Amino acid sequence: MSGHVFHPGHDELHGVTVVITGASGRTYLGRWHEQGVRGVTMRDAAIHDPVSNPLPVEQWLAKQRKFGIAATEKHLIVPSDEAGEPRIFGEM
Amino acid sequence: MYPEMMVKPMREEVTRLGVEELKSVGDVDAALGQSHGTALVFVNSVCGCAAGMARPALAKALQHAKRPAKLYTVFAGQDLDATARARSYFGEYQPSSPSVAVLKDGEVVAFVHRHQIEGRHPDAIAAALTQAFDTYCA
Repeated sequence: MSGHVFHPGHDELHGVTVVITGASGRTYLGRWHEQGVRGVTMRDAAIHDPVSNPLPVEQWLAKQRKFGIAATEKHLIVPSDEAGEPRIFGEM
Repeated sequence: MYPEMMVKPMREEVTRLGVEELKSVGDVDAALGQSHGTALVFVNSVCGCAAGMARPALAKALQHAKRPAKLYTVFAGQDLDATARARSYFGEYQPSSPSVAVLKDGEVVAFVHRHQIEGRHPDAIAAALTQAFDTYCA
């Protein structure tokens, strides 16, 4: 069903769980809502900060994959100059 | 919350499979409070992109020879208290919807999260469920 947009007016990634690697080294995991001039808006997102999180990011992602996303942010905007290319979590 | 008129067909798509809908905390406790045997809990959702795949996947999986003894569903975003109570039985598994939990003797033994449903064909989702059924169900 890939490529089928169920949400008229939204882009293809709307509602899809994505991983975004930030320029800062942080990793953002959550549902893509939209991309605008301010950046990428995500819903129900979790953030991995390599400075404060003792788990390496790959282990952190593996834990989220198994147990689900431990969201800390109901609504998050990742600024345009921070957001890298999104990767679909279910395809990683 | 969405109008019940809109949600009703989504509920019926699941309940017509013989899955019992749990609409209150009491319903959930009565169903899941017993800690023996196998049970499936389908967390239904309005979300078209994921739930539109998950419901047909459940239908296909339930045609499998082995399946959980008890089949339940709650509706996220609609029956809020029942859904929160059902999730309290899922241990450290995080909330997502749609999703599917398979429990054995009160413990989650398999869980299909929303991120494992998005963009997948119902056949692939059903295969993940039937693999769990083969492993944990008599």
